[in-house]
Amino acid sequence: MTRSLTMDEPDERNRLDAMAQGVIGKPLDRPEGPLKVSGSATYAAEYRYKIPGCVEGVLVTATIARGEVTLLDESSVRDLPGFIAVISDERMIARPAQGGAGESPVRKVREVQYYGQPIALVVAETFEQARHAAKHLKVEYREEPDALVDPADERATFEPFEDPTIQGDLEGSMRQAAHAVDVIYTTEGHNSAAMEPHASIAQWDGETLTLYSSLQMLRFNRKELADALGIEPEKVHLLSPYVGGGFGSKLGISPEGVAAAVAAIRLGRPVRVVMLRQQVFQCVMRRSETRQRLRLAADAEGRLIGFGHEAWVSNLPEEEFAEPVLQASEFLYPGENRVLDLQLARVHRVTAGSVRAPGEAVGMQALEAAMDELAEASGIDPVELRLRNIPERHPSEDIPYSSRKLEECLRSGAERFGWDKGPRRPCQRREGEWWIGSGMATATRVHNLNEAHARVTLRGDGTAEVASDMTDIGTGTYAVLGQIAAEMLGLDPAAVDVKLGDTAFPPGSGSGGSWGASSTGSAVFEACEGIREELARKLGCAEAGLTLKDGHAVSGNRKVPLADLLEGRDVEEIGHFKPGKIAEAFAAAMYGAFFTEVAVNAYSGEVRIRRFTGAFSLGRVLNEKTATSQCMGGMVWGIGSALTEDLVFDPRDGHIVNPDLAEYHLPVNLDVPHLDVLLVEERDPAGSPLQSKGVGELGICGAAGAIANAIYNACGVRPRSFPITPDKLLPGLPEV
Amino acid sequence: MRAFTYSRAEAVTHAAEQTRDGARLIAGGTNLLDLMKLEIERPDELVDINRLELGTIDEQDGGLRIGALVTNSACAADERIRRDYPVLARAILAGATFQLRNKATTGGNLCQRTRCYYFYNRDQPCNKREPGSGCSALGGFNRIHAILGASESCIATYPGDMAVALAALDAKVEIAAVDGSIRSVPVRAFHRLPGDTPERDNVLEPGEVITAVVLPSPAGGAQLYRKVRDRASYAFALVSIACVLGMEDGRISHASLAFGGLAHKPWHDERVDALLLGREPSDALFDEAADVLLADARGYGANDFKIPMTKRVLKAVLREATGENA
Repeated sequence: MTRSLTMDEPDERNRLDAMAQGVIGKPLDRPEGPLKVSGSATYAAEYRYKIPGCVEGVLVTATIARGEVTLLDESSVRDLPGFIAVISDERMIARPAQGGAGESPVRKVREVQYYGQPIALVVAETFEQARHAAKHLKVEYREEPDALVDPADERATFEPFEDPTIQGDLEGSMRQAAHAVDVIYTTEGHNSAAMEPHASIAQWDGETLTLYSSLQMLRFNRKELADALGIEPEKVHLLSPYVGGGFGSKLGISPEGVAAAVAAIRLGRPVRVVMLRQQVFQCVMRRSETRQRLRLAADAEGRLIGFGHEAWVSNLPEEEFAEPVLQASEFLYPGENRVLDLQLARVHRVTAGSVRAPGEAVGMQALEAAMDELAEASGIDPVELRLRNIPERHPSEDIPYSSRKLEECLRSGAERFGWDKGPRRPCQRREGEWWIGSGMATATRVHNLNEAHARVTLRGDGTAEVASDMTDIGTGTYAVLGQIAAEMLGLDPAAVDVKLGDTAFPPGSGSGGSWGASSTGSAVFEACEGIREELARKLGCAEAGLTLKDGHAVSGNRKVPLADLLEGRDVEEIGHFKPGKIAEAFAAAMYGAFFTEVAVNAYSGEVRIRRFTGAFSLGRVLNEKTATSQCMGGMVWGIGSALTEDLVFDPRDGHIVNPDLAEYHLPVNLDVPHLDVLLVEERDPAGSPLQSKGVGELGICGAAGAIANAIYNACGVRPRSFPITPDKLLPGLPEV
Repeated sequence: MRAFTYSRAEAVTHAAEQTRDGARLIAGGTNLLDLMKLEIERPDELVDINRLELGTIDEQDGGLRIGALVTNSACAADERIRRDYPVLARAILAGATFQLRNKATTGGNLCQRTRCYYFYNRDQPCNKREPGSGCSALGGFNRIHAILGASESCIATYPGDMAVALAALDAKVEIAAVDGSIRSVPVRAFHRLPGDTPERDNVLEPGEVITAVVLPSPAGGAQLYRKVRDRASYAFALVSIACVLGMEDGRISHASLAFGGLAHKPWHDERVDALLLGREPSDALFDEAADVLLADARGYGANDFKIPMTKRVLKAVLREATGENA
């Protein structure tokens, strides 16, 4: 049976709080944790050891920015040890699919659009042999000179990506304003840099493809693969039971999966393709660099009367994605005079796509740094300035906000951190060589939902199984879905098996946009509702009178073990959740506030984060432990975005200069202090039937702004250019 | 990765013979294996020297003889090193990660190759990797590159930390030849400037094997290692300074400074040491020292900041070493 739940209006029932088991929200360990830490969870590339006859492919990538491949000289590698084949096939893809595309990305591998584009696959008996042959394959090009690789190039032309929001008279409000800020901030490109590189093993059985791969959204990925290969989606069986981080880079299929599938059918053997770390950087996707102009006009009390946020970003020709920098600016702050304008330039750099918290990750850090400048200009405490700018109504659309605990986050975060409301001036506190300062920022991220199916089986023995092609990309999906089913069915979570990452199961929402737990969780919830009704029927009571707890069904004075009630027969339901009209009916978002204390070395400009507090409201928290971990992970990303992460492109040919983990600087343990996460209690009936919202991305959104503001407070320098590396601080630091 | 033969050396002279015939030696392999995977290093033969008896730290002529196979971790943890040569322990601990330091060896670390982005990218011209092909860093992104002693052929830096401290300590590299003879090369002269042969990082010849690093008797005084980098750990130096400095009667009685991240070798400038000697510490003196050090410094765009950064950090180091307040 399939039960559908379409969310057209707020779900005020708050069913989960009415349940008796008491496990929802508890900080339970992830059930798959021991497998992961002991190395026995099988990731995509590791299936090779279970697949006899599997051979290895390594992608060959372009060494020009733009042109055409005129020769792939197989004779140059034919005699190398272990060599099997060079494959360059019209089905192969030259780019990753964008998240949710559901169709093949650009193919045309011989038409080079960016440096690092896959142009062929070399297959050999072993990985080392394939890598060697891939390096030595002789390739000839017809190169198009002077490819535009840099959005800063004067030849770059920017065009509106979508209709801008223009309301009232921003310029006029800037002139009238008691306090105004007009500043330009820049951010550099980022790479997701998931620990597990993109990897696939393709195995054909007749016309059916089995692909072990590292992917986030299988129901879309299946269609993308089928479209690229020219087969029906039903002929594609995808397996991604464990994913070693995705952060957006595995939302869509990437070139190695199709290449493996094509090679496997051509050779009649299973083929594995693992991307080299440099390829993960050079031929998957980047977060676009951004240039952002912020105009903030405030009255004498600091209330915004004008709000302008314009952003310039880049992507490859033909891509339908532009970093949605202004996403939070649409709803976070008031100001009846508004300009929001996103402009896109086409450049020949690796595909720009979704990297954790697309939009807010970089938009919020610039906005919140500009808000700090407004706080300074107006002499209003930064927390107070934000409290004065919580709009009653959506500033552009005639829709209400759903539950919004921004004020609670600002106040509770400030209290927890010990925020000093006194007058703020830079360079006031020195400890030895270090300038010490504090800063804060607001966090927000739009709430998303996605369609999802999940199957729940209450087995005859009183245990349960949850199954969906939903993925767990390290976020805690296994734990959270099991907890929802356990709560709804009155079971110990240990009695619930969760099976994920297999297209043989009903299609889940996939992991992306922070929607996974709320969307697939709602499908699990709905399936459990069906099972509850069936149990009530068996018990001979109304569902409203049914209590399920500790493996027993209770109604009135009757208490029956589930196994007895089921008489050995399974009860199975498929839950189908659809977001419905709710998505348009409310401005639904997660909120939070960051507070940080940093130290800036007076001599060198090195920055150390000393304390970092985040207070977040995320709707109902489904698992306190995994939610806290997600927030921490986001804050670590914020540190990277603030201080170290910088994807550098060579100005001549657009190749990535630092395509490895030694030179693309993610924060390391020593860069990250104790992270203090405070989860503010909330239920959002418009968030989902669970009254939950998204968790996975909020922790980044604005975090780097808080750090930048603290740096300014410490040493008096605002570089307005992220990441804030020591060289950018040096020119403004006081003489030593 | 290309196929290669692997064997174990049973004696130093045996290892030396193998290098004469083109083999590469492997100890910790922390740099060599990465380079082999990228096919920047392409040896046909790899000779494992881990079984040679070069893994001890012994007292010698009032100083210490550190065997070439002593790991970075062991060296930094050695009580005598920590007590008498703290600048060396500090420099080692400022480099890499626990895991790498557990494998990296004293001899191998001296031979660490540059981290120039273009050296690491086989698809870009690089005179160090492929003599005569050109230097991509000159017109490219050169934030981590040299400001001293570079040439039109190469602006790469030597990336290590340990050797910077060894240069400040005026240690010597003990090198054995095929016939068993030993030569001793000051660390300060071990690495080369690029000139028009940047493919040669140091003066080690085919047929030679580093057997030890020899520290002179302890210099005492303040010993500091200051490393400025883009993150708190696991990043190469933008600028680093090793400082060994003694004071007597309010004057600098001994000064030996070496710099990392600035040149194709750990940079040591006699003039800086000489300038400081016998003088009373003052900010004016420290500025003068920086001016002498950086008189011929040249930036290439993205690394211009290293000049003011070096000046500021040198002042921090000298203030700390001489007890002047920050």
